[in-house]
Amino acid sequence: MNFLSYLISGISLGSVYALIALGYTMVYGIAKMLNFAHGDVIMIGGFVMFTAVSSAGTSPLVAIVCGIIVCTVLGVVIEKVAYKPLRNATPLAVLITAIGVSYLLQNAALLIFGSAAQSFPVLIEVPDWEITEGLTVTGVTLVTICVTIVIMIALMLFMRYTKPGAAMQAVAEDRGAAQLMGVSVNSTISLTFAIGSALAAVASLLLCSAYPQISPYTGAMPGIKAFVAAVFGGIGSIPGAMIGGILLGVIENLSKAYISSQLSDAIVFGVLILVLLIKPTGILGRKMAEKV
Amino acid sequence: MKKFKELNKATRNNTVTYIIVALMFVFCIVYTETGMASNLFQGILVPICVNVILAVSLNLTVGILGELSLGHAGFMCVGAFVGSLFSVMTAASMDAALLRFPLALLLGGVAAGIVGILVGIPVLRLRGDYLAIVTLAFGEIIKNIVNNLYVVTDAGGLHVALGVDAYNAMEIDAASSEVYINGAMGITGTPKDSTYIIGFVLIFITLIVVQNLVNSRTGRAIMAIRDNRIAAEATGINITKYKLIAFALSAFFAGVAGALYSHNLASLSAIKFDYNYSILILVFVVLGGIGSMRGSVIAAVILTALPELLRGLDSYRMLIYAIILIVMMLVNNNEQLSYYKNKLFGGLSAQLSGRSRKQKEVS
Repeated sequence: MNFLSYLISGISLGSVYALIALGYTMVYGIAKMLNFAHGDVIMIGGFVMFTAVSSAGTSPLVAIVCGIIVCTVLGVVIEKVAYKPLRNATPLAVLITAIGVSYLLQNAALLIFGSAAQSFPVLIEVPDWEITEGLTVTGVTLVTICVTIVIMIALMLFMRYTKPGAAMQAVAEDRGAAQLMGVSVNSTISLTFAIGSALAAVASLLLCSAYPQISPYTGAMPGIKAFVAAVFGGIGSIPGAMIGGILLGVIENLSKAYISSQLSDAIVFGVLILVLLIKPTGILGRKMAEKV
Repeated sequence: MKKFKELNKATRNNTVTYIIVALMFVFCIVYTETGMASNLFQGILVPICVNVILAVSLNLTVGILGELSLGHAGFMCVGAFVGSLFSVMTAASMDAALLRFPLALLLGGVAAGIVGILVGIPVLRLRGDYLAIVTLAFGEIIKNIVNNLYVVTDAGGLHVALGVDAYNAMEIDAASSEVYINGAMGITGTPKDSTYIIGFVLIFITLIVVQNLVNSRTGRAIMAIRDNRIAAEATGINITKYKLIAFALSAFFAGVAGALYSHNLASLSAIKFDYNYSILILVFVVLGGIGSMRGSVIAAVILTALPELLRGLDSYRMLIYAIILIVMMLVNNNEQLSYYKNKLFGGLSAQLSGRSRKQKEVS
């Protein structure tokens, strides 16, 4: 292994973080809440694909589509049941409710699938690619990076050139004003949750393919790391989440390789603190003027 | 009774809190001394005390200082390990637990307080969600470092290593060596000094310090910063100083709670103090009512006991716990639902938390 291969696997891990971070950052930007249950939506997506392939014996493509549909529906249902009644409550109350939803999903999965980690079936079959002598990129890494790039470009185009995308930006900017202009705030927020959860399903596919194991706790740590990535890039900013996610993955992998594999978490979080101390709103975050 | 009503409102409110805790204490003594209590009941008493102290101390940061902290378990971790390390090292030379344990508690608290100041200096410059995520990051860093910490003594003195590679590279005189903290395995052999009686004494001390602080000049300065930072600064309040006082004091009590916690367990590893624990403490604070110490005490007692009470439901208990948590949050915070709740339960909920009564008076 050399520097380049560490870098490439770091970018691949970072791409997964970026996909998850997009879910956090879009929801934060539009609904102004931290959706702590997002990491567990990833885990549910993984289990749906796992069950579809191992128990129902469907083809990988059907399993992936099932996973995405279930996650999307789950995300919208969570929003309608748990978050919508609290739209005017304090952010802290919504945060605790999100934590409750996270416990609920984790324990439901624990009841259905048990606590032991199960091996995730191979859903992505792409041959490894040998770039030069000694530098091989696995098929999963390749697919991860390509899929992430495609999704990010699609998302940017969606936000820029479509009406729902414009509605999202308007709601993020000023919810009340957007409503006065005829934007349906509720359906825009639902759409945001749907997109975020669908991205989480894709992330779970890529995550579980790269580390082929799944347990009810699979989503927790990547969820927190992705949350950190979203803050790193400036929470609420979509390009920020992408940059933050990829940077975080690269830093994590390089510090694992060159400094200490056990202390990599401490290093990742340490870098986050440094960045926030130098630029308190993250890399691409906007500084809000303070009214007196 | 008439005299009680003449006291000022804050004193009256605090006295009710003390009475509630004292009643719980008396109940515990009577219940355990008469032999009616099950092992399960006796087993959760110390964890309840630990969680009550944690909830009250976190409420100081979240409710009084008004900053969301998600790294409270990190301070608890520092207190637990420093306290345990002290007890294990001095267990041979200091026989009397009566002297050793208070020292361990104090040391754990002071160590956590110092870490609190070190963390607080950079953290308190940030605001809102960014502050929350940085405290979470610090909590994870503390956990990660303690999880890779090795403390060994031998004839040559004390050796400390960070990471398993550094540990293996250390030159230790194997014959005389004694491992105190063994990386991810943590610390073992802590004397079981914690009892619920000490726990209740600590709850009282925490409540007295925190409640008196809130009603002091310092406390009013801290709350002024919470309510309007710029106005507070304009009236000459030193923002950094008062923020640090609240943050460090909160960390101190978290450290004391950590030492109490660690002296209740035979072995302790840092992995327990992850962000889930921090969030659990936050749940106590929010559910009990932000800023209400009495609410924190009650919520911590109920939510610590709840999973144990639901034990009969076996594997469904955490699921039910989660559902109860969501429903409670929805009922308390949704306008329509809380209207029905007030119709049903009337004054009961207002009686339980002093905060909501105050809000009613305002509106």
